[in-house]
Amino acid sequence: MNKLQVSNLDLFYGENHALKDISIDIPQRQVTALIGPSGCGKSTLLRTLNRMNDLVAGVKITGTVAFEGEDIYADVDVKQLRMRVGMVFQKPNPFPMSIYENIAFGLKAQGVKDKKVLDQVVEDSLRGAALWEEVKDRLNTPAFGLSGGQQQRLCIARAIAMEPEVILMDEPTSALDPIATHKIEELMDELRKKFTIVIVTHSMNQAKRISDRTAFFWMGELVEQGETQQVFNNPQDSRTQGYVSGEFG
Amino acid sequence: MNTATRVQSQGLQLAPKKAMDIKEIFFHGLFLCCAMVGVLSVSTIGWFVFNEGLPAFKEAGVTEFVTGKEWLPPALYGIFPMIVASIISTAGAVMIGVPIAILTAVFLAEIAPKWLADLVRPAVELLAGIPSVVYGFFGLVIIVPAIETLFNIPAGNTLLAGIIVLAIMILPTVITISETSIRALPSVYKEGALALGASHVYSIFKVLIPAAKSGILTGVALGVARAIGETMAIIMVMGNAPAMPGSILEPARTLTANIAMEMAYATGIHSNALYATGIVLLAFIVLLNGSLLYLNRKRAY
Repeated sequence: MNKLQVSNLDLFYGENHALKDISIDIPQRQVTALIGPSGCGKSTLLRTLNRMNDLVAGVKITGTVAFEGEDIYADVDVKQLRMRVGMVFQKPNPFPMSIYENIAFGLKAQGVKDKKVLDQVVEDSLRGAALWEEVKDRLNTPAFGLSGGQQQRLCIARAIAMEPEVILMDEPTSALDPIATHKIEELMDELRKKFTIVIVTHSMNQAKRISDRTAFFWMGELVEQGETQQVFNNPQDSRTQGYVSGEFG
Repeated sequence: MNTATRVQSQGLQLAPKKAMDIKEIFFHGLFLCCAMVGVLSVSTIGWFVFNEGLPAFKEAGVTEFVTGKEWLPPALYGIFPMIVASIISTAGAVMIGVPIAILTAVFLAEIAPKWLADLVRPAVELLAGIPSVVYGFFGLVIIVPAIETLFNIPAGNTLLAGIIVLAIMILPTVITISETSIRALPSVYKEGALALGASHVYSIFKVLIPAAKSGILTGVALGVARAIGETMAIIMVMGNAPAMPGSILEPARTLTANIAMEMAYATGIHSNALYATGIVLLAFIVLLNGSLLYLNRKRAY
Protein backbone atom coordinates (compact mmCIF):
# COMPACT_ATOMS: atom_id res chain seq x y z
CA MET A 1 0.00 0.00 0.00
CA ASN A 2 1.25 3.48 -0.83
CA LYS A 3 1.43 5.90 2.07
CA LEU A 4 2.36 8.85 -0.09
CA GLN A 5 1.78 9.29 -3.77
CA VAL A 6 3.36 12.14 -5.69
CA SER A 7 1.88 12.73 -9.14
CA ASN A 8 3.18 15.06 -11.85
CA LEU A 9 4.71 17.43 -9.35
CA ASP A 10 6.39 20.59 -10.63
CA LEU A 11 7.98 23.04 -8.25
CA PHE A 12 9.34 26.49 -8.98
CA TYR A 13 11.42 28.76 -6.77
CA GLY A 14 10.61 31.96 -8.63
CA GLU A 15 12.00 31.31 -12.11
CA ASN A 16 13.98 28.26 -11.04
CA HIS A 17 12.29 25.03 -12.10
CA ALA A 18 13.48 22.91 -9.18
CA LEU A 19 11.36 19.78 -9.63
CA LYS A 20 10.22 18.58 -13.02
CA ASP A 21 7.20 16.35 -13.42
CA ILE A 22 7.94 14.09 -10.47
CA SER A 23 5.80 11.02 -9.87
CA ILE A 24 6.78 8.64 -7.11
CA ASP A 25 4.99 6.25 -4.77
CA ILE A 26 6.16 5.86 -1.18
CA PRO A 27 5.09 2.44 0.12
CA GLN A 28 4.03 1.99 3.71
CA ARG A 29 6.54 0.79 6.35
CA GLN A 30 9.44 0.82 4.00
CA VAL A 31 12.50 3.01 3.79
CA THR A 32 12.64 5.01 0.60
CA ALA A 33 15.97 6.69 -0.10
CA LEU A 34 16.25 9.79 -2.29
CA ILE A 35 19.73 10.11 -3.75
CA GLY A 36 21.47 12.37 -6.23
CA PRO A 37 24.04 15.16 -6.40
CA SER A 38 23.63 18.44 -4.49
CA GLY A 39 20.97 20.69 -5.95
CA CYS A 40 19.21 17.84 -7.73
CA GLY A 41 15.93 18.50 -5.92
CA LYS A 42 15.84 15.57 -3.50
CA SER A 43 15.59 17.73 -0.37
CA THR A 44 13.07 19.96 -2.10
CA LEU A 45 10.89 16.95 -2.81
CA LEU A 46 11.20 15.78 0.79
CA ARG A 47 10.03 19.20 1.96
CA THR A 48 6.97 19.11 -0.25
CA LEU A 49 5.82 15.98 1.60
CA ASN A 50 5.09 17.87 4.84
CA ARG A 51 4.67 21.26 3.20
CA MET A 52 7.80 22.77 4.73
CA ASN A 53 8.27 24.50 1.40
CA ASP A 54 5.35 26.72 2.37
CA LEU A 55 7.88 28.70 4.42
CA VAL A 56 9.83 29.67 1.31
CA ALA A 57 8.63 32.87 -0.32
CA GLY A 58 7.86 32.65 -4.02
CA VAL A 59 7.49 28.90 -4.24
CA LYS A 60 4.94 27.54 -6.71
CA ILE A 61 3.78 23.95 -6.82
CA THR A 62 1.60 22.12 -9.35
CA GLY A 63 0.59 18.48 -9.40
CA THR A 64 -0.57 16.52 -6.39
CA VAL A 65 0.90 14.96 -3.28
CA ALA A 66 -1.55 12.45 -1.84
CA PHE A 67 -1.23 11.28 1.76
CA GLU A 68 -3.40 8.20 2.19
CA GLY A 69 -5.23 9.27 -0.92
CA GLU A 70 -5.88 12.82 0.22
CA ASP A 71 -4.25 15.76 -1.56
CA ILE A 72 -2.18 17.62 1.05
CA TYR A 73 -2.06 20.76 -1.09
CA ALA A 74 -5.84 20.97 -1.05
CA ASP A 75 -7.48 22.87 1.79
CA VAL A 76 -6.07 20.81 4.68
CA ASP A 77 -4.84 21.63 8.18
CA VAL A 78 -1.08 21.84 7.71
CA LYS A 79 -0.42 21.45 11.44
CA GLN A 80 -2.24 18.14 11.47
CA LEU A 81 -0.42 17.00 8.36
CA ARG A 82 2.92 17.77 10.01
CA MET A 83 1.92 15.79 13.10
CA ARG A 84 1.28 12.77 10.91
CA VAL A 85 4.28 13.35 8.66
CA GLY A 86 7.18 14.12 10.99
CA MET A 87 10.61 15.39 10.04
CA VAL A 88 14.22 15.06 11.15
CA PHE A 89 16.65 17.66 9.86
CA GLN A 90 20.16 17.60 8.53
CA LYS A 91 21.72 19.32 11.50
CA PRO A 92 20.47 18.17 14.90
CA ASN A 93 18.19 21.01 16.00
CA PRO A 94 17.14 20.54 19.60
CA PHE A 95 15.34 23.55 21.06
CA PRO A 96 17.15 25.57 23.72
CA MET A 97 15.37 23.80 26.57
CA SER A 98 15.70 20.62 28.60
CA ILE A 99 15.71 17.14 27.12
CA TYR A 100 12.29 16.51 28.64
CA GLU A 101 10.82 19.74 27.29
CA ASN A 102 12.18 19.01 23.83
CA ILE A 103 10.30 15.73 23.65
CA ALA A 104 7.16 17.12 25.26
CA PHE A 105 7.14 20.18 23.00
CA GLY A 106 4.96 18.80 20.23
CA LEU A 107 2.32 17.45 22.60
CA LYS A 108 2.30 20.61 24.67
CA ALA A 109 1.77 22.59 21.47
CA GLN A 110 -1.41 20.54 21.05
CA GLY A 111 -2.52 21.48 24.56
CA VAL A 112 -1.61 18.24 26.34
CA LYS A 113 -0.96 19.18 29.98
CA ASP A 114 -1.36 15.91 31.88
CA LYS A 115 2.02 15.30 33.50
CA LYS A 116 1.49 11.52 33.57
CA VAL A 117 0.77 11.38 29.86
CA LEU A 118 3.77 13.59 29.08
CA ASP A 119 6.10 11.58 31.31
CA GLN A 120 5.03 8.37 29.61
CA VAL A 121 5.41 9.78 26.11
CA VAL A 122 8.84 11.21 26.92
CA GLU A 123 10.03 7.85 28.20
CA ASP A 124 8.50 5.86 25.34
CA SER A 125 9.87 8.21 22.72
CA LEU A 126 13.37 8.22 24.17
CA ARG A 127 13.26 4.41 24.38
CA GLY A 128 12.03 4.33 20.80
CA ALA A 129 15.00 6.43 19.75
CA ALA A 130 17.44 4.30 21.77
CA LEU A 131 18.36 7.25 23.94
CA TRP A 132 16.54 6.53 27.21
CA GLU A 133 19.36 4.68 28.97
CA GLU A 134 21.80 7.48 28.20
CA VAL A 135 19.66 10.39 29.36
CA LYS A 136 17.15 9.06 31.91
CA ASP A 137 19.08 10.60 34.80
CA ARG A 138 19.35 14.04 33.27
CA LEU A 139 16.03 14.68 31.60
CA ASN A 140 15.93 18.18 33.03
CA THR A 141 19.33 19.27 31.78
CA PRO A 142 19.74 21.33 28.60
CA ALA A 143 19.54 19.32 25.38
CA PHE A 144 22.63 21.17 24.12
CA GLY A 145 24.68 19.20 26.63
CA LEU A 146 24.24 16.06 24.52
CA SER A 147 26.70 14.95 21.84
CA GLY A 148 25.80 15.50 18.19
CA GLY A 149 24.65 11.92 17.70
CA GLN A 150 22.59 12.02 20.89
CA GLN A 151 21.05 15.31 19.80
CA GLN A 152 20.01 13.76 16.50
CA ARG A 153 18.45 10.80 18.31
CA LEU A 154 16.71 13.32 20.55
CA CYS A 155 15.29 14.94 17.42
CA ILE A 156 14.11 11.55 16.24
CA ALA A 157 12.54 10.94 19.66
CA ARG A 158 10.88 14.35 19.43
CA ALA A 159 9.43 13.39 16.06
CA ILE A 160 8.15 9.99 17.15
CA ALA A 161 6.58 11.50 20.27
CA MET A 162 3.88 12.79 17.93
CA GLU A 163 3.22 9.21 16.78
CA PRO A 164 3.53 10.14 13.12
CA GLU A 165 2.89 7.68 10.33
CA VAL A 166 5.70 8.95 8.14
CA ILE A 167 9.12 10.24 9.16
CA LEU A 168 11.01 12.38 6.68
CA MET A 169 14.77 12.48 7.20
CA ASP A 170 16.86 15.12 5.48
CA GLU A 171 20.44 13.80 5.46
CA PRO A 172 20.10 12.94 9.15
CA THR A 173 23.67 11.67 9.56
CA SER A 174 25.63 14.09 7.40
CA ALA A 175 26.70 16.12 10.44
CA LEU A 176 27.64 13.04 12.49
CA ASP A 177 30.72 10.89 12.88
CA PRO A 178 30.70 7.25 11.67
CA ILE A 179 29.88 5.76 15.08
CA ALA A 180 26.94 8.08 15.66
CA THR A 181 25.86 7.42 12.08
CA HIS A 182 25.94 3.70 12.71
CA LYS A 183 23.71 4.10 15.76
CA ILE A 184 21.18 6.14 13.78
CA GLU A 185 21.15 3.54 11.02
CA GLU A 186 20.55 0.77 13.55
CA LEU A 187 17.74 2.84 14.96
CA MET A 188 16.20 3.28 11.53
CA ASP A 189 16.12 -0.46 11.16
CA GLU A 190 13.87 -0.54 14.24
CA LEU A 191 11.80 2.43 13.13
CA ARG A 192 10.92 0.91 9.76
CA LYS A 193 8.77 -1.66 11.58
CA LYS A 194 6.40 1.07 12.74
CA PHE A 195 6.93 4.02 10.44
CA THR A 196 7.15 4.82 6.78
CA ILE A 197 10.52 6.48 6.27
CA VAL A 198 11.72 8.73 3.48
CA ILE A 199 15.38 9.62 3.73
CA VAL A 200 17.49 12.01 1.69
CA THR A 201 21.11 10.93 1.73
CA HIS A 202 24.38 11.86 0.09
CA SER A 203 25.89 8.54 1.00
CA MET A 204 25.18 5.82 -1.51
CA ASN A 205 26.45 3.24 0.95
CA GLN A 206 23.89 4.45 3.44
CA ALA A 207 21.13 4.16 0.86
CA LYS A 208 22.31 0.64 0.07
CA ARG A 209 22.47 -0.35 3.71
CA ILE A 210 19.17 0.95 4.95
CA SER A 211 16.68 1.46 2.16
CA ASP A 212 14.16 -0.82 0.53
CA ARG A 213 13.60 1.48 -2.40
CA THR A 214 15.80 4.12 -3.97
CA ALA A 215 14.99 7.05 -6.23
CA PHE A 216 17.75 8.82 -8.15
CA PHE A 217 17.38 12.53 -8.92
CA TRP A 218 19.31 14.50 -11.47
CA MET A 219 18.84 18.23 -12.09
CA GLY A 220 15.27 18.32 -10.85
CA GLU A 221 14.25 15.15 -12.63
CA LEU A 222 13.45 11.80 -11.11
CA VAL A 223 15.64 9.67 -13.34
CA GLU A 224 15.05 6.25 -11.90
CA GLN A 225 13.30 4.56 -9.01
CA GLY A 226 12.89 1.01 -7.89
CA GLU A 227 14.06 -1.64 -5.44
CA THR A 228 17.36 -0.51 -3.94
CA GLN A 229 19.14 -3.69 -5.09
CA GLN A 230 17.98 -3.15 -8.63
CA VAL A 231 18.84 0.57 -8.77
CA PHE A 232 22.36 -0.07 -7.54
CA ASN A 233 23.12 -3.37 -9.25
CA ASN A 234 21.23 -3.04 -12.46
CA PRO A 235 20.46 0.61 -13.20
CA GLN A 236 18.45 1.21 -16.32
CA ASP A 237 19.56 4.76 -17.02
CA SER A 238 23.14 5.67 -17.93
CA ARG A 239 23.06 8.67 -15.57
CA THR A 240 22.06 6.44 -12.67
CA GLN A 241 24.77 4.03 -13.58
CA GLY A 242 27.35 6.80 -13.70
CA TYR A 243 26.28 8.13 -10.32
CA VAL A 244 26.00 4.87 -8.38
CA SER A 245 29.27 3.60 -9.79
CA GLY A 246 30.95 6.78 -8.51
CA GLU A 247 31.96 8.12 -11.92
CA PHE A 248 30.50 11.54 -11.13
CA GLY A 249 28.32 13.41 -8.65
CA MET B 1 60.41 23.73 -3.89
CA ASN B 2 59.54 25.75 -0.80
CA THR B 3 59.11 29.49 -0.70
CA ALA B 4 62.52 30.26 0.75
CA THR B 5 64.46 28.37 -1.90
CA ARG B 6 62.29 29.83 -4.63
CA VAL B 7 63.02 33.34 -3.40
CA GLN B 8 66.72 32.51 -3.26
CA SER B 9 66.78 31.03 -6.70
CA GLN B 10 65.22 34.19 -8.08
CA GLY B 11 67.89 36.22 -6.38
CA LEU B 12 65.41 38.02 -4.13
CA GLN B 13 66.07 38.88 -0.52
CA LEU B 14 63.59 38.59 2.29
CA ALA B 15 62.11 41.96 3.24
CA PRO B 16 63.91 43.64 6.15
CA LYS B 17 62.23 42.78 9.42
CA LYS B 18 62.26 46.21 11.02
CA ALA B 19 60.08 48.17 8.58
CA MET B 20 57.35 45.61 8.91
CA ASP B 21 57.48 45.62 12.69
CA ILE B 22 57.23 49.39 13.05
CA LYS B 23 54.04 49.46 11.05
CA GLU B 24 52.57 46.61 13.10
CA ILE B 25 53.57 48.19 16.38
CA PHE B 26 52.19 51.56 15.31
CA PHE B 27 48.78 50.11 14.51
CA HIS B 28 48.66 47.97 17.61
CA GLY B 29 49.38 51.11 19.58
CA LEU B 30 46.71 53.02 17.71
CA PHE B 31 44.12 50.34 18.49
CA LEU B 32 45.15 50.40 22.14
CA CYS B 33 44.93 54.21 22.33
CA CYS B 34 41.42 54.18 20.88
CA ALA B 35 40.34 51.48 23.32
CA MET B 36 41.78 53.51 26.18
CA VAL B 37 39.63 56.58 25.37
CA GLY B 38 36.52 54.81 26.69
CA VAL B 39 38.22 53.33 29.73
CA LEU B 40 39.86 56.63 30.64
CA SER B 41 36.59 58.53 30.25
CA VAL B 42 34.74 56.16 32.51
CA SER B 43 37.41 56.26 35.20
CA THR B 44 37.71 60.06 35.00
CA ILE B 45 33.97 60.49 35.31
CA GLY B 46 33.87 58.09 38.21
CA TRP B 47 36.79 59.78 39.95
CA PHE B 48 35.39 63.30 39.61
CA VAL B 49 31.90 62.37 40.66
CA PHE B 50 33.19 60.52 43.71
CA ASN B 51 35.67 63.24 44.58
CA GLU B 52 33.02 65.95 44.43
CA GLY B 53 30.28 63.89 46.01
CA LEU B 54 32.11 62.46 49.02
CA PRO B 55 32.03 65.71 51.09
CA ALA B 56 28.23 65.54 50.96
CA PHE B 57 28.28 61.99 52.22
CA LYS B 58 30.60 63.11 55.04
CA GLU B 59 28.39 66.07 55.90
CA ALA B 60 25.02 64.34 55.78
CA GLY B 61 26.07 60.74 56.33
CA VAL B 62 25.60 58.08 53.67
CA THR B 63 22.61 56.47 55.35
CA GLU B 64 20.86 59.76 56.01
CA PHE B 65 21.58 60.91 52.47
CA VAL B 66 20.21 57.79 50.83
CA THR B 67 17.27 57.15 53.17
CA GLY B 68 16.38 60.74 54.13
CA LYS B 69 12.98 61.83 52.95
CA GLU B 70 13.52 65.59 52.97
CA TRP B 71 15.45 67.57 50.38
CA LEU B 72 15.77 71.11 51.72
CA PRO B 73 19.18 72.48 50.84
CA PRO B 74 21.20 73.71 52.58
CA ALA B 75 19.63 72.11 55.67
CA LEU B 76 18.46 68.62 54.69
CA TYR B 77 19.84 66.37 52.01
CA GLY B 78 17.67 63.28 51.71
CA ILE B 79 17.25 61.77 48.25
CA PHE B 80 15.10 58.77 49.06
CA PRO B 81 12.03 60.20 47.26
CA MET B 82 14.14 60.68 44.16
CA ILE B 83 15.49 57.15 44.32
CA VAL B 84 11.92 55.94 44.53
CA ALA B 85 10.88 58.18 41.63
CA SER B 86 13.75 56.95 39.47
CA ILE B 87 13.03 53.30 40.22
CA ILE B 88 9.27 53.59 39.70
CA SER B 89 9.53 55.60 36.50
CA THR B 90 12.07 53.16 35.06
CA ALA B 91 10.24 50.05 36.21
CA GLY B 92 6.95 51.41 34.90
CA ALA B 93 8.54 52.28 31.56
CA VAL B 94 9.98 48.77 31.32
CA MET B 95 6.65 47.16 32.23
CA ILE B 96 4.82 49.09 29.53
CA GLY B 97 7.57 49.49 26.95
CA VAL B 98 9.25 46.09 26.90
CA PRO B 99 6.20 43.94 26.05
CA ILE B 100 5.21 46.37 23.30
CA ALA B 101 8.78 46.38 22.00
CA ILE B 102 9.15 42.59 22.00
CA LEU B 103 5.84 42.09 20.22
CA THR B 104 6.85 44.74 17.67
CA ALA B 105 10.17 42.97 17.16
CA VAL B 106 8.37 39.67 16.60
CA PHE B 107 6.03 41.37 14.17
CA LEU B 108 8.94 42.82 12.20
CA ALA B 109 11.03 39.66 12.22
CA GLU B 110 8.37 37.02 11.76
CA ILE B 111 4.96 38.25 10.77
CA ALA B 112 4.95 41.50 8.79
CA PRO B 113 5.10 41.24 5.00
CA LYS B 114 8.27 42.80 3.65
CA TRP B 115 6.67 46.06 2.50
CA LEU B 116 5.07 46.67 5.88
CA ALA B 117 8.24 45.82 7.79
CA ASP B 118 10.11 48.23 5.52
CA LEU B 119 7.61 50.89 6.55
CA VAL B 120 7.56 50.20 10.29
CA ARG B 121 11.30 49.68 10.79
CA PRO B 122 12.42 53.16 9.60
CA ALA B 123 9.67 54.69 11.72
CA VAL B 124 11.02 52.88 14.78
CA GLU B 125 14.58 53.88 13.93
CA LEU B 126 13.46 57.49 13.55
CA LEU B 127 12.04 57.28 17.06
CA ALA B 128 15.56 56.56 18.29
CA GLY B 129 16.87 59.74 16.72
CA ILE B 130 14.34 62.14 18.20
CA PRO B 131 16.00 64.42 20.81
CA SER B 132 14.67 63.92 24.31
CA VAL B 133 13.56 67.54 24.56
CA VAL B 134 11.14 66.85 21.71
CA TYR B 135 9.80 63.84 23.63
CA GLY B 136 9.27 66.31 26.44
CA PHE B 137 7.18 68.52 24.17
CA PHE B 138 5.18 65.53 23.06
CA GLY B 139 4.58 64.60 26.69
CA LEU B 140 3.54 68.14 27.59
CA VAL B 141 1.15 68.57 24.69
CA ILE B 142 -0.41 65.11 24.49
CA ILE B 143 0.17 63.00 27.60
CA VAL B 144 -0.04 65.56 30.41
CA PRO B 145 -3.43 66.96 29.25
CA ALA B 146 -4.67 63.44 28.59
CA ILE B 147 -3.86 62.42 32.16
CA GLU B 148 -5.61 65.55 33.47
CA THR B 149 -8.78 64.66 31.59
CA LEU B 150 -8.65 60.93 32.15
CA PHE B 151 -8.07 61.01 35.91
CA ASN B 152 -9.70 64.38 36.52
CA ILE B 153 -6.72 65.92 38.32
CA PRO B 154 -5.60 69.58 38.20
CA ALA B 155 -2.03 68.94 37.06
CA GLY B 156 -1.06 66.14 34.69
CA ASN B 157 2.68 66.59 35.34
CA THR B 158 2.99 63.31 37.19
CA LEU B 159 5.03 60.19 37.62
CA LEU B 160 2.61 58.48 35.22
CA ALA B 161 3.37 61.02 32.47
CA GLY B 162 7.07 60.31 32.96
CA ILE B 163 6.48 56.56 32.80
CA ILE B 164 4.61 56.83 29.51
CA VAL B 165 7.18 59.11 27.87
CA LEU B 166 10.02 56.83 29.02
CA ALA B 167 8.17 53.75 27.80
CA ILE B 168 8.04 55.26 24.32
CA MET B 169 11.65 56.40 24.48
CA ILE B 170 12.99 52.91 25.20
CA LEU B 171 10.97 51.31 22.39
CA PRO B 172 13.48 51.76 19.54
CA THR B 173 16.41 50.33 21.51
CA VAL B 174 14.54 47.25 22.66
CA ILE B 175 12.80 46.73 19.31
CA THR B 176 15.93 47.01 17.19
CA ILE B 177 18.06 44.72 19.33
CA SER B 178 15.28 42.16 19.85
CA GLU B 179 14.44 42.05 16.15
CA THR B 180 18.10 41.57 15.26
CA SER B 181 18.46 38.73 17.73
CA ILE B 182 15.28 37.00 16.55
CA ARG B 183 16.41 37.30 12.94
CA ALA B 184 19.83 35.95 13.87
CA LEU B 185 18.33 32.67 15.09
CA PRO B 186 19.08 29.73 12.83
CA SER B 187 16.02 28.82 10.76
CA VAL B 188 16.16 25.27 12.16
CA TYR B 189 14.45 26.39 15.38
CA LYS B 190 11.38 27.62 13.59
CA GLU B 191 11.37 24.75 11.11
CA GLY B 192 11.80 22.23 13.89
CA ALA B 193 8.85 23.62 15.81
CA LEU B 194 6.58 23.87 12.77
CA ALA B 195 7.55 20.38 11.62
CA LEU B 196 6.12 19.05 14.89
CA GLY B 197 2.75 20.55 14.05
CA ALA B 198 3.09 23.54 16.37
CA SER B 199 1.37 26.74 15.27
CA HIS B 200 3.40 29.75 14.23
CA VAL B 201 2.38 31.73 17.32
CA TYR B 202 3.19 28.83 19.65
CA SER B 203 6.60 28.48 18.00
CA ILE B 204 7.25 32.19 18.45
CA PHE B 205 6.44 32.24 22.16
CA LYS B 206 7.89 28.87 23.12
CA VAL B 207 10.93 28.58 20.90
CA LEU B 208 11.93 31.78 19.12
CA ILE B 209 11.59 34.30 21.97
CA PRO B 210 13.27 31.99 24.53
CA ALA B 211 16.03 31.24 22.05
CA ALA B 212 16.59 34.95 21.44
CA LYS B 213 16.41 35.69 25.16
CA SER B 214 20.00 36.78 25.64
CA GLY B 215 19.73 39.34 22.84
CA ILE B 216 16.39 40.56 24.08
CA LEU B 217 17.74 40.96 27.61
CA THR B 218 20.63 43.00 26.24
CA GLY B 219 18.07 45.27 24.59
CA VAL B 220 16.16 45.55 27.84
CA ALA B 221 19.35 46.40 29.74
CA LEU B 222 20.12 49.21 27.32
CA GLY B 223 16.51 50.37 27.56
CA VAL B 224 16.71 50.44 31.35
CA ALA B 225 19.95 52.41 31.18
CA ARG B 226 18.31 54.92 28.87
CA ALA B 227 15.22 55.22 31.07
CA ILE B 228 17.07 55.70 34.33
CA GLY B 229 19.47 58.17 32.78
CA GLU B 230 16.88 60.23 30.91
CA THR B 231 16.70 63.80 32.18
CA MET B 232 15.27 66.45 29.90
CA ALA B 233 11.98 64.81 28.94
CA ILE B 234 11.42 63.83 32.56
CA ILE B 235 11.95 67.36 33.86
CA MET B 236 9.39 68.61 31.36
CA VAL B 237 6.58 66.21 32.25
CA MET B 238 7.01 64.98 35.80
CA GLY B 239 6.41 68.07 37.93
CA ASN B 240 9.73 67.69 39.80
CA ALA B 241 8.49 68.16 43.36
CA PRO B 242 11.24 66.71 45.58
CA ALA B 243 8.73 65.03 47.87
CA MET B 244 7.80 61.38 48.16
CA PRO B 245 5.09 60.67 45.57
CA GLY B 246 2.01 59.09 47.14
CA SER B 247 0.90 57.54 43.86
CA ILE B 248 1.83 57.62 40.20
CA LEU B 249 -0.69 60.45 39.82
CA GLU B 250 1.50 62.80 41.83
CA PRO B 251 4.53 64.79 40.68
CA ALA B 252 7.96 63.41 41.42
CA ARG B 253 11.61 64.23 40.85
CA THR B 254 14.12 61.68 39.59
CA LEU B 255 17.81 61.58 40.49
CA THR B 256 18.77 62.93 37.10
CA ALA B 257 16.24 65.76 37.26
CA ASN B 258 17.55 66.71 40.69
CA ILE B 259 21.06 67.18 39.35
CA ALA B 260 20.08 69.01 36.19
CA MET B 261 17.67 71.43 37.83
CA GLU B 262 19.85 72.61 40.71
CA MET B 263 23.37 72.40 39.30
CA ALA B 264 23.21 75.88 37.82
CA TYR B 265 22.91 77.66 41.16
CA ALA B 266 24.15 75.15 43.73
CA THR B 267 27.27 76.01 45.76
CA GLY B 268 29.26 74.40 48.53
CA ILE B 269 27.77 71.32 50.15
CA HIS B 270 24.64 71.69 48.04
CA SER B 271 26.76 71.24 44.93
CA ASN B 272 28.53 68.26 46.52
CA ALA B 273 25.14 66.75 47.31
CA LEU B 274 24.25 66.86 43.62
CA TYR B 275 27.45 65.02 42.77
CA ALA B 276 26.55 62.52 45.47
CA THR B 277 23.19 62.09 43.75
CA GLY B 278 25.26 61.22 40.68
CA ILE B 279 27.13 58.56 42.67
CA VAL B 280 23.85 56.95 43.67
CA LEU B 281 22.69 57.07 40.05
CA LEU B 282 25.91 55.46 38.85
CA ALA B 283 25.58 52.77 41.50
CA PHE B 284 22.08 52.00 40.28
CA ILE B 285 23.16 51.72 36.66
CA VAL B 286 26.05 49.44 37.55
CA LEU B 287 23.74 47.32 39.70
CA LEU B 288 21.04 47.06 37.03
CA ASN B 289 23.40 46.25 34.19
CA GLY B 290 25.30 43.84 36.36
CA SER B 291 22.23 41.91 37.40
CA LEU B 292 20.87 41.76 33.85
CA LEU B 293 24.21 40.55 32.56
CA TYR B 294 24.28 37.94 35.29
CA LEU B 295 20.76 36.83 34.42
CA ASN B 296 21.82 36.65 30.81
CA ARG B 297 24.80 34.49 31.48
CA LYS B 298 23.01 32.20 33.89
CA ARG B 299 20.04 31.52 31.67
CA ALA B 300 21.79 31.22 28.31
CA TYR B 301 22.43 27.69 27.18
